[in-house]
Amino acid sequence: MPAPVLAVTDLSTSFFTRNGAVRAVNGVSFAVARGEVLGLVGESGSGKTVTGFSILGLVDPPGRIVGGSIRFLGEELAGASDERLRSLRGASIAMIFQDPMMTLNPVLRIDTQMIEAITAHEKVSHRAARARARAALAAVGIASPDERLAAYPHQFSGGMRQRVAIAIALLHRPALLVADEPTTALDVTIQSQILAEVQDLCAESGTALIWITHDLAVVAGLADRVAVMYAGRIVEEGPVDAVLAQPLHPYTRGLIGSVPSRNARGAPLNQIPGMAPSPADLPPGCAFAPRCPRADVVCAGPLGMTGHPGERAARCWHPYVSEAAR
Amino acid sequence: MSGPIIALDRISKDFVTPLDLAARAANLLGARLRESAIRAVDDVSFAVDEGEVVGLVGESGCGKSTLGRIVADVLAPSAGSVNFRGAPRDELAGEAARTAALKVQMIFQDPMASLNPRLRVGDIVGEAPVVHGIVTRAERRDYVAALLERVGLDPRYTTRYPHQFSGGQRARIGIARALAVKPDFLVCDESVAALDVSIQAQILNLFMELRHDLKLTYLFISHDLGVVEHLSDRVVIMYLGRVVEIAPTETLFRAANHPYTRALLANVPRLEARKQRFAPIAGEIPSPLDPPSGCQFHPRCPFAMARCKSEAPALREITPGHRSACHLNDAA
Amino acid sequence: MAAITEVGITDTAAESRLAGAWHEFAERRTAVVALAAVVLLIGLALLAPLVAPQNPYDLTQLSIMDNKLPPLARGLDGMLYLLGTDDQGRDMLSAILYGLRLSLYVSVVATAIALALGTVTGIVAAYFGGRIDALLMRLVDIQLSFPAILIALILLAILGKGIDKVVIALVSVQWAYYARTIRGAALAERRREYIEAARCLALPQWRIIFRHLLPNAFAPLIVVATVQVAHAIALEATLSFLGVGVPITEPSLGLLIANGYGYMLSGDYWISFYPGVALLIAIVAINLVGDRLRDVMNPRLKR
Repeated sequence: MPAPVLAVTDLSTSFFTRNGAVRAVNGVSFAVARGEVLGLVGESGSGKTVTGFSILGLVDPPGRIVGGSIRFLGEELAGASDERLRSLRGASIAMIFQDPMMTLNPVLRIDTQMIEAITAHEKVSHRAARARARAALAAVGIASPDERLAAYPHQFSGGMRQRVAIAIALLHRPALLVADEPTTALDVTIQSQILAEVQDLCAESGTALIWITHDLAVVAGLADRVAVMYAGRIVEEGPVDAVLAQPLHPYTRGLIGSVPSRNARGAPLNQIPGMAPSPADLPPGCAFAPRCPRADVVCAGPLGMTGHPGERAARCWHPYVSEAAR
Repeated sequence: MSGPIIALDRISKDFVTPLDLAARAANLLGARLRESAIRAVDDVSFAVDEGEVVGLVGESGCGKSTLGRIVADVLAPSAGSVNFRGAPRDELAGEAARTAALKVQMIFQDPMASLNPRLRVGDIVGEAPVVHGIVTRAERRDYVAALLERVGLDPRYTTRYPHQFSGGQRARIGIARALAVKPDFLVCDESVAALDVSIQAQILNLFMELRHDLKLTYLFISHDLGVVEHLSDRVVIMYLGRVVEIAPTETLFRAANHPYTRALLANVPRLEARKQRFAPIAGEIPSPLDPPSGCQFHPRCPFAMARCKSEAPALREITPGHRSACHLNDAA
Repeated sequence: MAAITEVGITDTAAESRLAGAWHEFAERRTAVVALAAVVLLIGLALLAPLVAPQNPYDLTQLSIMDNKLPPLARGLDGMLYLLGTDDQGRDMLSAILYGLRLSLYVSVVATAIALALGTVTGIVAAYFGGRIDALLMRLVDIQLSFPAILIALILLAILGKGIDKVVIALVSVQWAYYARTIRGAALAERRREYIEAARCLALPQWRIIFRHLLPNAFAPLIVVATVQVAHAIALEATLSFLGVGVPITEPSLGLLIANGYGYMLSGDYWISFYPGVALLIAIVAINLVGDRLRDVMNPRLKR
């Protein structure tokens, strides 16, 4: 089996605030293979965004990676120099954000920004760079790219801006693309378009994709594998089919069960009681125990993954199937 | 008493940025500057019966939030009238007007932005009932405590400020505030959109419970079709300020008529799908500043005919209770 | 009855907002030093009658024979003049303390009145918009297009001399800043959903303006007011230096500087110099505190 594009092992990231250390990411491990789509699912406070930022080395003080390893194509990223990270970012690893204005500079024209992104990593002539930018815009489905190149970000709609951000991210055909909720703020029909385009682009160029979202339905249609995060830890992982059809972890089960389409119309929705703990104040042992219908004394103790970590596993003493799917 | 509690009669809303002094001066000198007008809501008529839940669905620029605010009387319509229990609301005066205003309340989208950050929760919920004489100042404490319990919050927290609560709790405070003035009708404007999925389920369950216990009527505005399907009796679909389809929920989701509705339903990501081959509709949502002529959906419609470009289709009944605005229905 | 499904409050940190703001403020040492200086000056000003070695306005305490003594000199009756005396035998230290007291009094009172006036104007303009807004803001614009000194001089020429006239002049020069600042903040807040909610609840308009809109638009004014106190001190000193400010019988720092101005070149520098230093310290310290406040308040405004 070929080595994975990205192998994250036991990653921990903490924020050191005036009120103490906050463990946003707490021993997270996963891997993504070439051309694979991994869905990283979680609600607010689960640590999924910080995980994405940690991979790219974008965690700002007072936060920093405190442990674990991030191996990208065999190279260790955690603790790598700023220079090395900078040369990788944009060229080999790219990121798109929920708000495309985090990528786009509002006072520069689109062509200026794209050409800058190209020439930052490669020595090409201005004209060649412009041609590449034009081709990239066409590839993400933007009609009349010449006109669009000469425009400013504020002249675009939200969906267009996100497309431009994706085009910029894919300019250098990165080996890995991290997408942090890029379609959450977009309309359903536009989201569909962008999902279709991203699907095509990644399949065509073999880019590994990590899609961070809270929307299980998007992950269902897009991803090959899914990892569910809760309170800074991965609580379940596996192929999308298996996880959604037969969730092991009570949280995953509760999450799937609370989606309206899974409930009879008009009947009360299956709800998970209580709320997620604040990362600053985690209970000992399993963080989900206070809300879990299957919790008992054992759950306050240390916790490992049961099953086959990396393939199909859950972080639970009482998963729903007594043996993890083989 | 059954019958429409809120009836919208040809409601339109324009947002006009008037020309300022400089622009008017420029016009005198020969420039031909026009004030920019957006028709956010265009000739909308429908009614909500007592005890019903009507879902209002659409994407950006469809005008659903604006319409919601008109129904809740936070915004005045540019044309048309809102009838409350049969009587046009703008003809009411004095006491009757105040009562009508309190009977229709709104639950907002952003739980943080909809609560005054400088007021304690007890004041947020208890202010209006005291001001309107629903309870006396002495009774306020117990009244607020009962309301908070009703929405699933610990009544001891009346002295805290909004920023000390989580998103789901703030949503509950907003609901308590609306319930405090004893409304009959609630406009929920994307009230669960900003919440996590697991909290969403809790709040939706709360809405359903309150509907049953307090005999409330809802206009539920959302972009999330799954939520709307679960909660609503009837659904209204809007596109660029116009109503394109109205139908009972089951009918709409099983046999939608309008091409836009069908495209919308086809594009909703489903939990059951695997490696879904997304087949989106082409084109961007047009800007409300410059809407297409005739049927506004025609640039993106796979079935567009010549007629669709020039003539706007009327909202017509195709089966009892099911109305759709599409020229294709005439051909049949 | 909905089961109580929400347990606990997320605010596990015991720190209140005020304590948090103080900690952030205190991160810069210069700001803390400046704040200490301001507190010290206010303390001295308030306690001047108790702290000053003599009452400089009481002519019976003055000895004309002791005039123009340099700092640290002793007078004829053995009294130590730490900062020397002026041309009438007044102890400079006492004069400065009383002058500081007057300067601060005038500035703070003027700022407070201007704040109240400007706030009401600005927030009413922001809430009602339309013609009311246009009218009030044109007044503000007219006010702000004249140099402050000019307006003050003209007003004082009309009204005459006296502390209350100086306060009126300062108020008329300052109120426009507050009006404009709070109008800007209120315009942004006015569109927020909690204001819409208040309207939906059919609350009376004055209640919405003063109980909902005002407290949330007020934050930028704290910074403006702080810095304006410093401006007012400077302006009052300027007016007194020019001789149109406070009466000679109750000199402020500006007047003290004016009095000693003529003696600078003949070597009796301390009559002008030390009041100048005191003025400088007051203005710089207040400005530094205001600057730090602005930095502290900014990220919090972006809630």
